[in-house]
Amino acid sequence: MAVIFEKTKALTDKTFHYCPGCTHGIIHRLVAEVLEELNLTDNAIGVAPVGCSVFAYDYFNCDMHEAAHGRAPAVATGIKRVHPDNAVFTYQGDGDLASIGCAEIVHAAMRGEKFTTIFVNNAIYGMTGGQMAPTTLIGQKATTAPLGRDENHAGLPLKVSEMLATIPKAVFVERVSVHDVKHINQAKKAIKKAFQLQMEGKGFTLVEVLSTCPTNWGKTPVESLKWLQENMMPYFPLGNFRTPEEV
Amino acid sequence: MAKELWKGNEAIAEAAIKSGCRFFFGYPITPQNEIPEYMSLRMPQEGGCFLQAESEVAAINMVYGAAGSGARVMTSSSSPGISLKQEGISYIAGAELPCVIVNIVRGGPGLGGIQPAQSDYYQACKGGGHGDYRLVVLAPSSVQEAVDLTQEAFDIADQYRMPVMIMGDGMIGQMMEPVEFREVAKRQLPDKEWATTGTKGKRKANVINSLFIDPAECEKHNNKLFAKYDEITKNEMRVEEYKLEGAEIVFVAYGTTARIVKNAINTLEKEGIKAGLIRPITLWPFPYASIEAAAEKANVKAFLTVEMSMGQMVDDVKIAASGKKPVHFYGRTGGMVPTPAAIVEQVKKILGGVK
Repeated sequence: MAVIFEKTKALTDKTFHYCPGCTHGIIHRLVAEVLEELNLTDNAIGVAPVGCSVFAYDYFNCDMHEAAHGRAPAVATGIKRVHPDNAVFTYQGDGDLASIGCAEIVHAAMRGEKFTTIFVNNAIYGMTGGQMAPTTLIGQKATTAPLGRDENHAGLPLKVSEMLATIPKAVFVERVSVHDVKHINQAKKAIKKAFQLQMEGKGFTLVEVLSTCPTNWGKTPVESLKWLQENMMPYFPLGNFRTPEEV
Repeated sequence: MAKELWKGNEAIAEAAIKSGCRFFFGYPITPQNEIPEYMSLRMPQEGGCFLQAESEVAAINMVYGAAGSGARVMTSSSSPGISLKQEGISYIAGAELPCVIVNIVRGGPGLGGIQPAQSDYYQACKGGGHGDYRLVVLAPSSVQEAVDLTQEAFDIADQYRMPVMIMGDGMIGQMMEPVEFREVAKRQLPDKEWATTGTKGKRKANVINSLFIDPAECEKHNNKLFAKYDEITKNEMRVEEYKLEGAEIVFVAYGTTARIVKNAINTLEKEGIKAGLIRPITLWPFPYASIEAAAEKANVKAFLTVEMSMGQMVDDVKIAASGKKPVHFYGRTGGMVPTPAAIVEQVKKILGGVK
């Protein structure tokens, strides 16, 4: 019988712990498929964050570090400086990267650290139960913003890709989404490009992936995909913010 | 090799390089700045990597990444900066990674001051970060000893897979003394099979981690760490005993304070008062046995602990003496340094009291 689909070998056989309808699973698979297609699985060293994807080290079938909350870019810096020829990546959520780890990601980008960051933005703290994130939208309800985020009290959501795109050594910055097949394919292309540029030694690379959190948004998986398109995409526009000129 | 005059901070940095340390991540803070400054010049000469991090928090996490990748790696800081590193130190201890952390201690609390102090003893020896863990804490009392202990520190870290702290007060970092970089006996060190290097398709993936979501597993991990700490207590305890024979007063002091105490001991000797010194070189593991033994001796009337703090190590001296002999304390703090004359006076007060 002909094999028509095979799970990538860059993922382990461990069952994901993610909630139904959460798009972390899709994003994990995209990263893993890219590692396999670029023949990097045996060479890769990943860094897992604190947040919903804290157990990512159980899912990626390559060497992994678990980092403290927000510190993945500093940990990846240490790894890449020791192993400059390895493919190094961090996988971080919006609480981890955009809040507590803001200094680490900005300075890793500033130094042009040659690793790839997969930044999963679902506009909420998932693992701790739905608290407000720096990326939570105005009016969006969270357990620490029960009446919805008020910009006069909590400011406006942080646009990480736009901010990092101002840094010269952040050579590749792109925002993608995984709410439908077309966008999933585009997301994979961006992730692949980021890893290719890393291996060419170009500089810091980041792909921001808009993601859903049905559990903490209080929506069904299908409603969540629609909510992402209608609410997140207008504020967090998709697109490439930085690409090396010669590419 | 002939002796050369070296400043403590630079001597520690050179000793680290001679010990095979090839990665250094740090952040400026007085009075340890000569360590990162020296490293920024010397590391590239040796094919290593010096990086000035954006914060102490980032520096210790770079150490975590590099240590997990199998490198010999070091960071240095001073008290407020070491406070910032505590989260990372706890993760490094939890993930069983070897590294060396230098603390050139200054006065506290808060921003405190920049003069020498020993008020980080609790932080170094009694936790500092969260959870049950230990650091091996080495306390040099001269620049030569700082050099010798730096070389040992990397081997201890690699042998037991744990962070080792070199704790010197500001004086150790800032003063210049004659130094000889000696060959240290090489230990048989285990291969770093656990390090992340990329699997190269030859082994299962390695994971550097301190997360155990199942409490039974987490407890098991703690038990494993503490079995290791018991081994270290047996094998790595270091202490200097000075003029203990027939001593009425036994001082307990470490680092440069111990040298001031020796000066006081010699003054007391001339006045016909016999005093000796127990100088812990490893603050953890602490040399309880030396103090226990002294407490048992009939000639010992009392202990006097001298520290540049409000009294931290004195707790361990009391535990070891377990009420058998009185334990007194004399300390200066905030960057003030005890004088031999003040220490002599304390002894006379104590002896006046027990006679």
